[in-house]
Amino acid sequence: MATLKTLIYLMIYPGLLFIFFYSTFAEWYDRKLYARFQNRMGPTHTGRAGVLQPIADFIKLMSKEDIVPERADRGLFRALPAFGLAIVSVGMLLLPVWNYTLDSPSATSFSGDIVVLLYLLSLPTFIFFLAGWSSTNLFSTVGGTRVLTMLFGYEVPLFLTVLTPAILANSWRLAEIAAFYRQRPLLALLNIPAFLIALICVQAKLERTPFDIPHAETEIVGGTFTEYSGKKLALFRLMMDAELVVAAGLLATVFLGGFPGGLLPGLINFIIKTLFVISLLSLLRATTSRIRVDQVITLSWRYLAPLAVLQLLVIILIKGLIS
Amino acid sequence: MSFEIPIGPQHPALKEPIGVRVTVDGEIIRDADLHLGYNHRGVEKLAEQKNWTQNIYLMERICGICSHSHATCYVQGVEKLMEIEPPKRGLFIRILVSELERVHSHLLWLGVAGHEAGFDSFFMYVWRDREIVMDILETISGNRVHYAINTIGGVRRDLDELQAKHILDSLEVLRQRSEYYQKLGTTEPSFVARLAGVGYLSKEDAIELCAVGPTLRASGVPMDVRKDDPYAVYDEVPFEVCTADTCDVLGRTVVRIKELMQSYNIIEYLLKNLPDGPIAVRAPRRAKPNEVVSRYEAPRGENIHYIKSNGTDKPERLKVRAPTLANYAATIKMLKNGFIADVPLIFAAIDPCICCAERSVAIVEEKTQQERIVTMSSLRELNLKITNYQARKREAEWPL
Repeated sequence: MATLKTLIYLMIYPGLLFIFFYSTFAEWYDRKLYARFQNRMGPTHTGRAGVLQPIADFIKLMSKEDIVPERADRGLFRALPAFGLAIVSVGMLLLPVWNYTLDSPSATSFSGDIVVLLYLLSLPTFIFFLAGWSSTNLFSTVGGTRVLTMLFGYEVPLFLTVLTPAILANSWRLAEIAAFYRQRPLLALLNIPAFLIALICVQAKLERTPFDIPHAETEIVGGTFTEYSGKKLALFRLMMDAELVVAAGLLATVFLGGFPGGLLPGLINFIIKTLFVISLLSLLRATTSRIRVDQVITLSWRYLAPLAVLQLLVIILIKGLIS
Repeated sequence: MSFEIPIGPQHPALKEPIGVRVTVDGEIIRDADLHLGYNHRGVEKLAEQKNWTQNIYLMERICGICSHSHATCYVQGVEKLMEIEPPKRGLFIRILVSELERVHSHLLWLGVAGHEAGFDSFFMYVWRDREIVMDILETISGNRVHYAINTIGGVRRDLDELQAKHILDSLEVLRQRSEYYQKLGTTEPSFVARLAGVGYLSKEDAIELCAVGPTLRASGVPMDVRKDDPYAVYDEVPFEVCTADTCDVLGRTVVRIKELMQSYNIIEYLLKNLPDGPIAVRAPRRAKPNEVVSRYEAPRGENIHYIKSNGTDKPERLKVRAPTLANYAATIKMLKNGFIADVPLIFAAIDPCICCAERSVAIVEEKTQQERIVTMSSLRELNLKITNYQARKREAEWPL
């Protein structure tokens, strides 16, 4: 029974199958919402209201010709998309959606999993950098350096703000943090500034407007993905969608009280809360213009990081008052 | 470490082929070089083989966006050559269409600027509202792009009361939307952060490098052919020349939005004071031997046509100087010491219409990167050489 449960956990929910379908759904939701914000229709033809469009895109890309540049580092170039998808999928397993008990730590929910998840969310950035660097294309190289430059900006505020609620909850385990805020919803309100900063940082991590600098189409063509095509590009796109879901799931766990209730209520909770976070990210994407890479650094270190530190101080003081 | 990035001839930021080689040091541009000549259409040679009336339609097809500008510039020149004066109502309708074209061109530019800066929502909204002015142009002329409204000696289609009312009504909507875009384009923080201080071109440089149009006016030089050398009925229409003194892409945006407002005022004035009478006079078939330079303020800047007649029904020489060509020198100046991220914005800010400005063919050797300009005559020789050779080859292989 336990083996079966683990197999279901890895393969079906919240493992590979769920990641595939839910991340394509999240992409459709994001695209549709973004289109409606812009007074467009968005996907309409494939499936009801175009809901199958991302899957159709995926299948189409999978069947396209796959080209590896002559001067590229062939091994690295080929392995990166699969590595990236694997890393993000492991991140998904750490979200407390199902198959964990609060009392005893397990393989998928343990003390310190929040740090592991943050680490797993940092790795895709390096995957992008390596993808750009190993293509040896000028545009990819510029894109790769932009990925790293941006990382120096948003990573610190993101870590500070995501760890702030953990400090107040006095736990480094995602499931416990979520349970803490479910019991004391008023305390969750204290984290709203941190939530907003984290949203901006996640937007930067996911490389969406206003932070789509590493693959800014009008400046450096496809950026890091210029040389990628066919199956590898399809995997990269799936990875970015999955990363969107995992990042939204992390924010929902830490700031919005997680996904209680076991299998089915937990699933509904998960979908509602992640879609809420994705809606906010879409809104941010629709209302801003792409900024320059130096402006990202200025924004992060002049505004986001000091605000995050301030929030951390406030939280520590409040924690002292409560206990 | 400095390296060279080729932007173009194929690049997502460019809708037409042009090569911009930028030498960058990290993200900062140290040097820039323009490579022209990827497109040659032989418009000027073709014009010598067509008669005066046929050439109107050829000139209209120089550009898809400022089609009316080229046609009007040409027609005004030919009218001077033929010494005919179009009736007032014809002139009113002609500049009504040119102001509507300016509105559509500036709205198109605003959208493109939003897209180049990565502000796609702005792009989508502006282009949605641009449909209003496209519809107006369709009601007047029956066409959305090539209006074909000009003829030598006036215009081809009249305007009735109902159309005038429709235009005035739609204009109100456009005015409101433009005010909203003015607010958005100059206050949205991430958008302004991308535009302000980018592509600096001082007043002295702008004059020295012969910039034209909104690029020049955004550097604080109030130069506009409509004011300086009024053609048609611009001397009696009240309007202001819009300038900005920030000398950057933000200034160019502001100038264009201000010009939109001025254009709405001009259109309103024209429709309310439309005189009665005929719309065109009959033009002779031939023009006496003479030459003329015709100037016209296109949405992108000053458009110049030089026309020489030799007494027949065809021009002996027709030279077109599109405004984009005049702005190239200034573009190089603006690109230097900017960021790579700003290349598309700076380049888009002159509103380039590359294929209108292309006249010669450049050949770049793939291996040595050496470039040579090929003239029409040498191309013809080359062509003859190849076809002669092939002809001989065919003869040799013919079995009978």
